[in-house]
Amino acid sequence: MVAQNVVFGILAAVMIISAWKVVTTQNVVRAVLYLVVVLAGAGAQYLLLAQEFIFVVQVIVYIGAIVVLFLFGTMLTRAPIGRDVNLDNDQKWLAAVTALFLVGLMVAVLSDAYGDTHVHITGVQRTADVANSMFGPYLIPFEVVSVLLLAALVGAIAIARRD
Amino acid sequence: MLLNQFLFLAAVLFCIGVYGVLARRNAVLVLASIELMLNAVNINLVAFGAYRHSIAGQVFALFVITIAAAEVGVGLAIVVLIFRNRASIALDEADLLKG
Repeated sequence: MVAQNVVFGILAAVMIISAWKVVTTQNVVRAVLYLVVVLAGAGAQYLLLAQEFIFVVQVIVYIGAIVVLFLFGTMLTRAPIGRDVNLDNDQKWLAAVTALFLVGLMVAVLSDAYGDTHVHITGVQRTADVANSMFGPYLIPFEVVSVLLLAALVGAIAIARRD
Repeated sequence: MLLNQFLFLAAVLFCIGVYGVLARRNAVLVLASIELMLNAVNINLVAFGAYRHSIAGQVFALFVITIAAAEVGVGLAIVVLIFRNRASIALDEADLLKG
């Protein structure tokens, strides 16, 4: 249990620092690469919770596909590769106050609701269980999400097509 | 492991994402901040799934990942279109509808 907590602490510190860099760095490409660190850290947290399938999906879909989309978006919009001082708008302080208020509120509510609830990992959740669940009780949401993904694909092509 | 340590981590990541959405003016970086928020939600779902020994948390996190992929695809297509029409993706310059 102690080793898991140490790993959690290291991962959480790396993730929070990288997430902070994502929203503050003045370089678009670096911000996207810090996002990779946050996504990989989230995947490691899933592994820490013994949920292996979601970890694999996180690596393939997020780190493999979505980050590449972001880099393509950066490239196609001809973002300046060096430092760019115009990446932030003039409501930074208002945004910081809002975020701090929100985190304070959530931490207060969560520590009130789940004060010393422990997570007991009994075993790895098998991929076959995910499949049985997804093609059993969650079949209709799964099909709806498939149609949504197809519609988003066609929509993205139709929007970005040069005609 | 406490359940709260995962929930606190997710809360902090979510609020960093909120800050990014509010404070950035580059549209690609706003989309990246939205990804931070969706990831925080996923950590919450997976943590609750592990706590309840239920597979549902993982399945819903998979659905959220799918929605995030669709959202990024359409969002970046819109950003590319805005760039093509206005030669800039600064969000405070896309104010055609402002009265």
